[in-house]
Amino acid sequence: MIPGGVAREFSLFRLKRSVLLGLKSLWLHKLRSLLTALGIVFGVCSVIAMLAIGEGASYEAQQQIKELGSQNVILHSVKPTNKTTAGEEERSLILEYGITYRDVSQIQATVPGVLVAVPAREAKDFIWNESRSIDGVALGTVPWFPEMRNRTIWRGRYFTELELADRAPVCVLSKRLARHLFPLSEPIGDTVRIRSSYFRVIGVISDDPATANEEPGTPGGGQSTDGMEMMIPISTLEDHFGEVIFKHRSGSFEAEKVELHEVTVRIDNPERVMPAADAIRHILERNHKNVDYTMVVPLDLLRRAERTKQIFNIVLGSIAAISLIVGGIGIMNIMLATVTERTREIGIRRALGAKKKDIVVQFLIETVMLSGSGGVLGVALGLAIPILITHFAKMVTIIEVWSPVLAFSISVVTGILFGIYPAFRAAGMNPVEALRHE
Amino acid sequence: MRGLELSETGRQPTAWAPSDEGIRPVIELVGVEKHYQMGDTLVKALQGVDLRICPGDYISILGPSGCGKSTLLNILGCLDQPTVGQYFLDGQDVSKLSDDDLSQVRGKKLGFIFQSYNLIQQLTVVENIEVPLYYQGISERESRRIAVDLASRVGLGKRLDHRPTELSGGQQQRVAIARALSNDPAVILADEATGNLDSKSGSDILEIFDALNAEGKTLILITHDEGMANRTSRTIRLKDGAIAYDRRREENAP
Repeated sequence: MIPGGVAREFSLFRLKRSVLLGLKSLWLHKLRSLLTALGIVFGVCSVIAMLAIGEGASYEAQQQIKELGSQNVILHSVKPTNKTTAGEEERSLILEYGITYRDVSQIQATVPGVLVAVPAREAKDFIWNESRSIDGVALGTVPWFPEMRNRTIWRGRYFTELELADRAPVCVLSKRLARHLFPLSEPIGDTVRIRSSYFRVIGVISDDPATANEEPGTPGGGQSTDGMEMMIPISTLEDHFGEVIFKHRSGSFEAEKVELHEVTVRIDNPERVMPAADAIRHILERNHKNVDYTMVVPLDLLRRAERTKQIFNIVLGSIAAISLIVGGIGIMNIMLATVTERTREIGIRRALGAKKKDIVVQFLIETVMLSGSGGVLGVALGLAIPILITHFAKMVTIIEVWSPVLAFSISVVTGILFGIYPAFRAAGMNPVEALRHE
Repeated sequence: MRGLELSETGRQPTAWAPSDEGIRPVIELVGVEKHYQMGDTLVKALQGVDLRICPGDYISILGPSGCGKSTLLNILGCLDQPTVGQYFLDGQDVSKLSDDDLSQVRGKKLGFIFQSYNLIQQLTVVENIEVPLYYQGISERESRRIAVDLASRVGLGKRLDHRPTELSGGQQQRVAIARALSNDPAVILADEATGNLDSKSGSDILEIFDALNAEGKTLILITHDEGMANRTSRTIRLKDGAIAYDRRREENAP
């Protein structure tokens, strides 16, 4: 068409020149550029910071749930809230409730995929080391309890099957209890006392994940039994405390008969956990008139946590999208003003040989420079905020590698999207009229 | 394929017929008309302009305002296209080119000098001179060499990195001249180039024009200044959108 037309491909050199030119005109209006890019800065920054906080929070929640064991179904006995039915029928002083050995044997016999059931009984009372004491729980359980519940042995060892068979008076303290009763001395080898029974400490076990994150009860306060656990063989517990557990609490007297306080059922295959949980619920509903038990399915909690996280992400995503759209509109607005302001320049460039395409590219690059520098600032801020939050609020934040990359790309895409209209408006100007402008 | 296309009316362009001097013309307008729709009335800004300009011509186009000077300039400068008629620039019919091709023609074959200089304010002297080269895809080093060379030719070799606002009107117009020369155009169009300048700077600019013409450049000066007419070798007067006067000055005339 054009004789001897020079190849005018959009080369790297031209791109470099356009980028430099774009930066130059941004630098010419420093304050205006900064204010314009602010919307993008906040948008990008909030994307990164919120993702980091959200990831951190859900990571913590998932860790706790996983520590409970995702293949487990955990049953607890609870004192029924509606006591009148039992009271009227039996008029007994002893309150009978909770999960029974019969429930456990039915579960083991009928629910497919049940591997082990860890029964546990508990006795709540003061635990003593000489003159130091705390309101705590003696948990009678079996040797495979730590493995089932993902509890780790910190010091010493757990009791053995032999000790279970021998009804040995040994105990393993939770970390928190050990710290409370033995603040300065070595607990292992020492003894602790509940009422008139003495137990030899053979190990220290990690805290229950459900209570692990709370600050330990202030020494001497002793109001909270949370996490003040002491594990003993279940047979030993029966020997020392009997079937009926009496509790003396600040003058009052209570007697309860509970066969099993806690049962952990392990299912062999993660996929069978939910059907097994339904079957167990069915058995318990049939056996118990009153709801004197609770059922925790960590896998279900995990799924719920994941769904919560999804909703959280959608909310965050919408907030980020809105702020980026607002930022983009701000950029488009200022670019439209810039195009009008530089009508003359556009006319000059067109007269000197610039094609429409060249003008489009020039303004598009300028817009992308604007939103991209907003993106860079936003990434910097977005990386700093989670660090500050972790440092001051002691919250876990997780910055995924892809999140700054994603946030920056979004800023560039926003620039392109909102730059198209001003750029085409610039290119569509009539050169003659543009030259005559002002 | 140069100039062999038939026009829409089937008329064989006369562009390649030997001109008066026996040289192929660089510009040939054949029956060019330009119409504008102003409300309900059709305004004919140009009504049948025929014009041949040969390489090395030094022309002034004069006329009162409203005579179609600007319209003619826009068409000659490929910023606008004729409604009727044909325009051959350097042998190529540009009257029906697409917008992109027209840009290409402007960037390759034409140099513009404006009354108000029209430099890009945020660029330095040397960068302004480089603008046409940039759109021609000339390499950075080559375009810098050309621009520095031209800047020193117009006497601004020591002001390469100055911005237009730091220069006087005469200096700015010299930058514009250097810019117009950078792509080695076939024709240089100057629109009231001295209109904003005092007489001293104005005559400096005109001296540069004389020198460029002496080197063989084709210059078209659009002006209302009668003094310019005495300087150029050919004078064209427009009246009511048509050429009313087209006279070549005697070679040895003062």
